Amino acid sequence: MNPEIQGRVFPPAPPYLVGREKVREFARAVFATNPISFDPDAARAAGHSDVVAPPTFAVVVQEATLAQLLADPDAGIDFTRVVHGDQKFSYARPIVAGDELTATLTVAGVKTLGGHSMVTAESRVVDAEGAHVVTATSTLVVRGDE
Amino acid sequence: MAGPLPALDVLQVGELVADGSFTLTRDSLVRYAGASGDFNPIHYRDDVAASVGLPGVLAHGMLTMGLAVQPVVDWAGDPARVVDYQVRFTRPVPVEASVGAVITVVAKVGAIDVDAGIARIDLTVTFENQTVLGKAQARVSLAP
Repeated sequence: MNPEIQGRVFPPAPPYLVGREKVREFARAVFATNPISFDPDAARAAGHSDVVAPPTFAVVVQEATLAQLLADPDAGIDFTRVVHGDQKFSYARPIVAGDELTATLTVAGVKTLGGHSMVTAESRVVDAEGAHVVTATSTLVVRGDE
Repeated sequence: MAGPLPALDVLQVGELVADGSFTLTRDSLVRYAGASGDFNPIHYRDDVAASVGLPGVLAHGMLTMGLAVQPVVDWAGDPARVVDYQVRFTRPVPVEASVGAVITVVAKVGAIDVDAGIARIDLTVTFENQTVLGKAQARVSLAP
């Protein structure tokens, strides 16, 4: 892959509208049971405007930006050699149903270690007002030729 | 409604705050594929998994990450209280078609920042007595 892509900022991905049923579907899929992710009344009683997405839901929004990185011919990342190494979510505020979120990926780092490359992709997610909601950071390990 | 808020000032580093056990089946993987949009066939097709040299169909790493924090969410009483969550994917979880895979989670206090109102909860996540996530840490805001 091309180490020169370090520091590159991709164009923002198309806005993602967070649906209430999508939050519930994702919550069921990760074995969540907390009513705040399912029941709007429970969410409002806890001070939220609608159901709150589970902590890893941001990956759904981040995904479009990772697809941009993997599809970029200049990055030269062979998708079939990619292994997910690390994942991190840092929230400024929770994601709730009704949010319109836009994610922008920055290649925060590229390291080469013994033929393998490690790419740190940082996707900053903002709401419709442009305020920071969450930053999702993935480290992808691209295995070298063996 | 949010559950009762755990009190930060009585927490002790090393204290067990939550645990859980989750049985993953192929149904769980299909459900997560649909919910997340990750349709990589190594998560539902034995032939594809075998063709790339895997021991079998694997759970999505993000599914393991997603379920492992749930005992912490329930302890904190509100998913919004988890302000930061990170893991390292250290070992894959094969999900056998007939018996599935049981993942266990133990959540203990790793550090306490009283001024910030934040507890760092460290997760030990295992499958067949082997750790599958490294440096699995959730920072939980317990400010009232």
